[in-house]
Amino acid sequence: MNSEVSLKVDNLRTYFKVRRPHLFAEQPTVYAVDGVSFEIASGRTLGLVGESGCGKSTTAFSVLRLVEPTSGSVVLKGTDICRLNENDLRNYRRHMQIIFQDPYSSMNPRTTAGEIIRTPLKILKIGTPEEQHERVEELLSLVGLRPEQKKLYPHQFSGGQRQRICVARALAPNPDFIVCDEPVSALDVAIQSQILNLLARLQREFGLTYLFISHDMAVVQHICDEIAVMYLGRIVEKADRRSLFLDVKHPYTKALLSAVPSMDKEAKRSSTALKGDVPSPMDPPSGCHFHTRCPFAEKRCSMEIPELREVHPNHWVACHLV
Amino acid sequence: MKQESLLQVKGLSVDFSTKAGNVRVLNQLDLHLLPGEALGIVGESGCGKSMTALSIMRLVPVPPGNIATGQILLNGTDVLQLTESEMEDIRGNEISMIFQEPMTSLNPVFTIGTQVSENIRRHQSKNSAQAKEKTLQMLEAVGIPAPKQRINQYPHELSGGMRQRIMIAMALSCQPSVLIADEPTTALDVTIQAQIFELLRQIQAEMGTSVILITHDMSVIAEFADRVAVMYAGRKIEEGLVRDIIDNPRHPYTQGLINCVPVLKTDPGTERVELNEIPGVVPSMAQLGTGCSFAPRCHKAIDRCYEEVPPEVTVGENHCASCWRVGEIA
Repeated sequence: MNSEVSLKVDNLRTYFKVRRPHLFAEQPTVYAVDGVSFEIASGRTLGLVGESGCGKSTTAFSVLRLVEPTSGSVVLKGTDICRLNENDLRNYRRHMQIIFQDPYSSMNPRTTAGEIIRTPLKILKIGTPEEQHERVEELLSLVGLRPEQKKLYPHQFSGGQRQRICVARALAPNPDFIVCDEPVSALDVAIQSQILNLLARLQREFGLTYLFISHDMAVVQHICDEIAVMYLGRIVEKADRRSLFLDVKHPYTKALLSAVPSMDKEAKRSSTALKGDVPSPMDPPSGCHFHTRCPFAEKRCSMEIPELREVHPNHWVACHLV
Repeated sequence: MKQESLLQVKGLSVDFSTKAGNVRVLNQLDLHLLPGEALGIVGESGCGKSMTALSIMRLVPVPPGNIATGQILLNGTDVLQLTESEMEDIRGNEISMIFQEPMTSLNPVFTIGTQVSENIRRHQSKNSAQAKEKTLQMLEAVGIPAPKQRINQYPHELSGGMRQRIMIAMALSCQPSVLIADEPTTALDVTIQAQIFELLRQIQAEMGTSVILITHDMSVIAEFADRVAVMYAGRKIEEGLVRDIIDNPRHPYTQGLINCVPVLKTDPGTERVELNEIPGVVPSMAQLGTGCSFAPRCHKAIDRCYEEVPPEVTVGENHCASCWRVGEIA
């Protein structure tokens, strides 16, 4: 960590109130993000890993204030995003963009690719219409499409090409920071590697900072410099890529790793599969949230919340047994 | 190894009539499935994998679809010659299928119990009490906790992994001899994917069901299948035992599919490396040239590849590939 910090998230909490089951019941709260802190150095990638329902997308949305965080601070290049008023926030959005998981549902099917990419420029009032059209063509070739394809509609593209359009749209206002919310989960493996390489190339060219969200450890290992593993709203393990994979500490991280299918003939067919689903964040288990699915859980795990502590330089784990 | 095939697809060609004219989506496809075996079919979207499954199930919409040539033999009977009502007795009973999206393939307005027991009531003349009993057994077999409560729940009350288990329970309720799983885990997390494959393996061992697994991910094939057929643009381009294919792929497309999978390393090092990729996209079936359809994306293509379709060549025991340069590529 020698370069400057681009994004610093401190003790971020996002709670949702949901409907009471009956009139006199206490209003239930979903603890979607429960005290998450991390920083990303400029031009680097932080991977946020976990299963569906563990709060990784809510974390990303809270960082961009697409949902309002309950408390905590998000500082991007010295600006506290949580304190911006609506107008300033809208203007500030040119510095932070997002690529969504599903390239099929994140585009208006009735507008052309060119218009889709131009939209952020129009909203943020960047450049004259002529400059905007020029920029669209430039962006299309940047993501590996042909400039004349701007006249086509989303259904005329394949899944991978649509994701390229989404990447171009995110790049349009020249942001510093991009959230990639499972950008390759909906794509074929052959196309997945194309998009991952594209993201890596753009990062090198423009010095972009990524928050990369995924449930697939193999993908995360390839694209990320730092990795944070999330479970039910909390970070359970955080380290730079090399120290994490050389010495995996948390049982949940181990379980995520063993779930990745392997082509290696020596590798045993995964027998340490996690049992069951992620518990409901409305009624999370006491103590360590993971104790209900953890093969090593002790009595203490169901009573005390383990603290995230530094076990090696820059390797943080929240587990009583480490 | 000459074992009697349970299911045999011979020279299957399927056409679709579109605005652009007649498009051949499957071209002279040959496949066979042995009893108790797990056969993988791998390829990118648009290669004809799902069309193969739909043809076997006789679910290709006619028109616009049309099965031009070929036979699909299930225990020696050609299912393409059966009447629709004969086919209905086989579908869900002898051959079952599970689909990619467990969210969209369950009916949101019926309970889990109704949907699972429907198949049982259709194929096994049981009264409703017996059908319910069987439904509970099936839900238990696929690892649904508290099945007595679950049968009264609706699909939206379950997680994605649970829904896929329900689909599997439905598909297996009549003990079919063939189960076709069309991308059963693509919409699921890796942890749930591991659970579903664990379940399928266990069921395969207990019931002796043969499975056809359709996927785009070579690492899934490596985990689950015994034998694999690689498809590209409506044709089978390589086939063999999974170990042979992964250790010694002979077709450049198969090599590409294997190399583009990100491999987990215990020591990833400090430098990031580029992933291997297959350039370009699957061509539209309406715009295939005369030669090998992979040639435009192939880094080993020679002039001949653009002119003639390569024949299937045997390159080892139970291992065949269709490539002009198969002799040079090892």
